[in-house]
Amino acid sequence: MKKLKSTLPNMILSLGIITIVSALILAWVYTITEDPIAKVAEEKQIEAIKSVLPSFTNNPLNDVAHVIPDGETRSLDVFPAYDGDTFVGAAVSSYSMDGFAGEINVIFGFDANGTISGYSVIQQAETPGLGTKMEEWFRSDVADRSVIGLNMATGNKLTVKKDGGTVDGITAATISSRAFLGSLNRAFEAYMTYKSEHLNN
Amino acid sequence: MLIYLSIIITAIFVNNIVLAQFLGICPFIGVSKKLSSAVGMGGAVTFVMVLATTVTWLLQNFILVPLHLEFMQTIVFILVIAALVQMLEIVLKKIAPALYLSLGVFLPLITTNCAVLGVAILVTQKDFNLAQSIVYAFSTAIGFTLALTIFAGIREQLSLVEVPEAMRGVPIALVVAGLLAMAFMGFAGISIG
Amino acid sequence: MNFFKLIYNGAVKENPTFVLLLGLCPTLGTTGSASTGMSMGLATMGVLICSNAAISALKSLIPDKVRIPAFIVVIASFVTILQLVMKAYLPALNESLGIFIPLIVVNCILLGRAEAFASRNSVISSVADGIGIGFGFTVALTLLGAVREFLGTGRIFGLEIYPENYGALVFVLAPGAFIALGFLIALFNRLKNRSQSC
Repeated sequence: MKKLKSTLPNMILSLGIITIVSALILAWVYTITEDPIAKVAEEKQIEAIKSVLPSFTNNPLNDVAHVIPDGETRSLDVFPAYDGDTFVGAAVSSYSMDGFAGEINVIFGFDANGTISGYSVIQQAETPGLGTKMEEWFRSDVADRSVIGLNMATGNKLTVKKDGGTVDGITAATISSRAFLGSLNRAFEAYMTYKSEHLNN
Repeated sequence: MLIYLSIIITAIFVNNIVLAQFLGICPFIGVSKKLSSAVGMGGAVTFVMVLATTVTWLLQNFILVPLHLEFMQTIVFILVIAALVQMLEIVLKKIAPALYLSLGVFLPLITTNCAVLGVAILVTQKDFNLAQSIVYAFSTAIGFTLALTIFAGIREQLSLVEVPEAMRGVPIALVVAGLLAMAFMGFAGISIG
Repeated sequence: MNFFKLIYNGAVKENPTFVLLLGLCPTLGTTGSASTGMSMGLATMGVLICSNAAISALKSLIPDKVRIPAFIVVIASFVTILQLVMKAYLPALNESLGIFIPLIVVNCILLGRAEAFASRNSVISSVADGIGIGFGFTVALTLLGAVREFLGTGRIFGLEIYPENYGALVFVLAPGAFIALGFLIALFNRLKNRSQSC
C-alpha cells in the first residue's frame, strides 16, 4: 500500500479518523471498568471505616455528613455508624497540611462518648523510616505513645511532649507527629460539631 | 494569601519538581551542559507550563467534568500541550531566532517533558482553583529552572575535572544530581502558617 | 533468528535506560523497591508493544506531516486504557505508581520507538522491538529498584537479607535514586567497554 500524501484533506481525515476510533474504544473500555472502579473506591473507604470503629450495621457512606470545624473553611467527611438504631460512633476523615512533605490524610474513629477507637493513615508522604512510622507509633503499647482510648472531651487538645503536651512524639520526626496530632484535633472538633448538630441527646 | 506563599515555597524548594518528584529529568540531564541553554530552556518551560496548566485547568473544569469525560484527561491534555509547544516554536522562530537555534531539538521535546503534563495532572488531583493552579505551575517552573541552572553551573566546572572513564558524562552528572537532591532535602520541613 | 536479534538489540545493545538514557523520570521515580520498579517496567512494556503494533499497522494511513500528533493519540489511548484497567482491577498497584502511569504517555521511549522503528517496519518486527525495548526497560527498572531496596532497607522484593536498621535510608529517598542510577550506568559502560576490547 502506498503512503498517503500530506495534503490537507488527507491530514484532517486521517487524524480525525484516528481520534474518533480512539475515543470510541476508550468510551467502551470506560463503560466496562466504570463499575469495578466505583466499587474499589467504595470498598476501600468501608474497609478504612471498619478498621477504626466498633462493629456497626448501617452503611456509613450513605449517611455521610460534611462538617466544617469552627474557624476553618474546608469540610471534613464524618461517617456516622449505627448498630441497629443506636449510635455507636463516627469515623472522621481528617487532614493536615503541616506535614514534612505535603498533605497527610488520616481517618479517625470515635465511639459514642468521643473516645478514640482507632485510626488509619490514608495518605502521607513523610520521610520513610521516620515520619512514616505514624501508622504504628500512635497505637503502640509503649507509655504515652498511644492515642487510642484517649478522650479529648475535657477540652484539651493533644500535643507532643516537646510542646508541653502528653503524647510522646515519633523520635526525630516532631513535625510529622505534630501534623498527625493536628489532624486528630481537627477530626475531634468535627466529630463534636457533628454530634451537636445531628444528635439530640 | 498564606496558602499562595506556602504553594510557592513548597513547589520551588521543598517538593522541587526535578530533585524530589523526578519529573522533567530528560531536559535536566540533556540541556544542562551549558549555562546559557539551561536558562533558555527554563524560560521556555516556564512559559509552556503556565500556559498549558491554565488551558488544561479550564478544559478540565468546564468541559471534561461537566460532561463526565474525566477519563479522556490524559489524551486531551497531551494534545493541548503538543499544540501549545508547536505554537511556541513558530513564535520563537520569528521573534528570537538566536534562542531558537540554541534550544534546537529540545523545544519539540517539551511536549514529552513529563513535568508539563505532570503539573497539569497534579493540579487537578490537588483540587486547586484557577489562581492556585497558575501560581503552582509558575513556581514549579521556577523550581525547575533553579535546579537546571545550578546543575548546569556545576556541570560546566565538572567538564574540567578528570573522572574515571566509565563515570564520564552522564553517570557522574547523575551522582552530582544526587548530591544536589540531598542539599534540597534540607528545605524539607519548612512550614508556613 | 531475526526476531530474537531484535529483542537482544532492545534489551542490551540499545537498552533504553543504560544506553539511550530515555524515560529517566519513571526510572528514578518508581524504583523505591524492586517490585514497584518491575511493575512500572511491565506497564510501560505493555503500552509499548500495543502502540508499536498499532502504529506499524496504521503507518501507510498516516500522512507524514501529522504523524507526531497521530502517534501521540494512539499512545495516549493505550495509556488511558491501561489507567482504567489498573484502577479497576489493580487499585493498590495503581496507587503506588501514582502519577507515573498517566505519564507513560510522555515517556520518550514510546514516541521514540514509534518514530524510529514502528513507522518504518512491519507489524511483527515492531512487536519484537516493543518486547525487546520493553524488556530492557523492565530489567533496568527492576535492577535499580532491587539495588535501592537492598541498600536502603536490606530487602529485595520484600525478602529480608539483612536487618533494616543497617540500611542506608538515603537510597530509598530521592538522592539515592540519582546516585544508584549513576553508578549502574557506569558499571554498564565498564562491562561494555571490556567486552568490546576483547
